[in-house]
Amino acid sequence: MAVLVVAEHDNSTLKDATHKLVTAARAMSGDVDVLVAGAKSGDVAAAAAKIAGVRKVLHADAASLDKQLAEPMEALIVPLMAQYDAALFPATTTGKNAAPRVAAKLDVMQLSGVIAVESADTFVRPIYAGNALITVKDEQSKKVLTVQATAFKPAGEGGAAPIESIAVPGGPFKSTFVREELAKSDRPELTAAKRVVSGGRALGSAEEFHRVLDPLADKLGAAVGASRAAVDAGYAPNDYQVGQTGKVVAPELYVAIGISGAIQHLAGMKDSKVIVAINKDEDAPIFQIADIGLVADYKVAVPELMAELTKAGI
Amino acid sequence: MKVLVPIKRVLDYNLKVRVKPDGSGVDLSNLKMSINPFCEIAVEEAVRMKEGGGGHAKDAATEVVAVSIGPEQAQETIRNALAIGADRGILVKAEGEVEPLAVAKLLKAVVDAEKPSLVILGKQAIDDDSNQVGQMLAALLDWPQATFASKIVLHDGKASVTREVDGGLQTIDVELPAIVTTDLRLNEPRYASLPNIMKAKKKPIDVKTPADFGVDVSPRLRVIKTVEPPKRQGGAKVKTAAELVGKLKEAGIF
Ligand SMILES: Cc1cc2nc3c(=O)[nH]c(=O)nc-3n(C[C@H](O)[C@H](O)[C@H](O)COP(=O)(O)OP(=O)(O)OC[C@H]3O[C@@H](n4cnc5c(N)ncnc54)[C@H](O)[C@@H]3O)c2cc1C
Ligand SMILES: Nc1ncnc2c1ncn2[C@@H]1O[C@H](COP(=O)(O)O)[C@@H](O)[C@H]1O
Repeated sequence: MAVLVVAEHDNSTLKDATHKLVTAARAMSGDVDVLVAGAKSGDVAAAAAKIAGVRKVLHADAASLDKQLAEPMEALIVPLMAQYDAALFPATTTGKNAAPRVAAKLDVMQLSGVIAVESADTFVRPIYAGNALITVKDEQSKKVLTVQATAFKPAGEGGAAPIESIAVPGGPFKSTFVREELAKSDRPELTAAKRVVSGGRALGSAEEFHRVLDPLADKLGAAVGASRAAVDAGYAPNDYQVGQTGKVVAPELYVAIGISGAIQHLAGMKDSKVIVAINKDEDAPIFQIADIGLVADYKVAVPELMAELTKAGI
Repeated sequence: MKVLVPIKRVLDYNLKVRVKPDGSGVDLSNLKMSINPFCEIAVEEAVRMKEGGGGHAKDAATEVVAVSIGPEQAQETIRNALAIGADRGILVKAEGEVEPLAVAKLLKAVVDAEKPSLVILGKQAIDDDSNQVGQMLAALLDWPQATFASKIVLHDGKASVTREVDGGLQTIDVELPAIVTTDLRLNEPRYASLPNIMKAKKKPIDVKTPADFGVDVSPRLRVIKTVEPPKRQGGAKVKTAAELVGKLKEAGIF
């Protein structure tokens, strides 16, 4: 069986999710290729070739693939699937956008958000915001999966796979990229960060959100996340949302400040190694899953925490 | 312009499912079912296209048709959509879980019959958490798609759609007819007023079956086990920030 892993990247950097998908793919088969689809993405293809355990890298490079929009991705990947038994996409907005198009064209059902590979045709995925886990047997001749990268360890470096340039279907396509407003930050990326500090509705305003969370995140070297309520209210941008319908994170440390712990939020962070909650309501559901709970007003608790961290030399 | 809005009846988002002790599935008996929240946002957007509002000109949409695939009780879900302002409904009656691919095939058949210019779906059903149907429908129709929409601007036979992506926001233009799927920030659905709930009772709902469309809905995947996720041992509390830092050290964070 041959498995194609679709690389997550931004044309200049290969994302760690790709390494994690290679691990998932290797649990299915020894024949794992990586597809790098992009524009001026040579560095990414070179980086993918270094992932240990990769047989070869397919490099599709064209202006039409610059943003990896769904239609050109479908046109590229569907014909490739003649040579593969399975395609693994990262469960990112790019992967989730394209994968179902490929599945539908191949007339197969897709499995979404896979968190464990039990064998080449048996997978585990969460449903109902992670309140149930289903083990699914996929005996279709072609398999299309989106994979929750945080659930897998990254494959190592040290490979030297050959890079094969492949032809890119020309289009025309009925969608066009207009513009993007991407957040720029020096902090680690939310889904890959080892530490995450998140704020909720309690923060009350965008100014307060940043005033309280940014220094703490900087001190901890953490990424910043948010609850839906904080995003809806405009305290934080949409790409900060952690949860069932936002991003899934599994850092070593997750600090929830002024977040109640609705099931939709827990779905995105409950696999974190250590969960800290600061909330003034001792009955907030977040405390039921927090390893370390502090019942306090964040206005008092966060400055104290900052001071204690400084004292501890952090 | 006709707008089609596929809606799913799901467990109410406030409720937590229970896994059946024998691992055969989740227990939904006697639990409140509601319209999938993302579908409600889709209906609201379509109705705004008709009424004007939310940046849309009045009569941008001329007719809003809500369609659901599900059991007889999905009629109630369609009535929700009619109370928000959809004009009529279509129920494709199917018992049990219908997989996204089969849903997409049924919706394609409905699109072929209804010929809408725009189909607005939710990005995700909060029960199966698949996030597939809109994209699959787009592929089956060979239409362009704009998923995870937080803003839709209709102009010159196109939709300019702002999408919530992992890195921030992205705007793309799609030629109509097109598929759009909704994200949370697209709009805030209204509460249906009592008079509108009454009016909705008189709006027509057409009832069909998968056989009417010649679509095979038998499942492709086999669920062999359903379990609860491992429980976390949470609940421990500290009294001070100093203690908190101590615990973090114990846990090996520093
Ligand atoms: C379809 C759908 C999808 C959703 N997806 C997501 C998702 O992906 N992610 C997500 O997060 N949510 C999601 N939600 C929303 C979710 O249900 C909750 O509404 C949301 O998580 C609540 O955010 P919050 O905890 O910040 O706000 P609240 O629930 O209002 O909690 C605020 C908390 O702050 C505490 N507090 C107040 N003041 C202070 C203070 N001074 N100091 C300390 N604590 C204080 C309060 O005690 C309270 O516990 C979704 C909902 C729906 C319907
Ligand atoms: N049974 C169904 N009937 C009608 N629409 C559906 C059904 N299932 C899914 N959809 C639509 O597809 C969207 C995404 O669902 P899913 O891909 O299952 O997560 C939903 O928000 C609905 O708009």
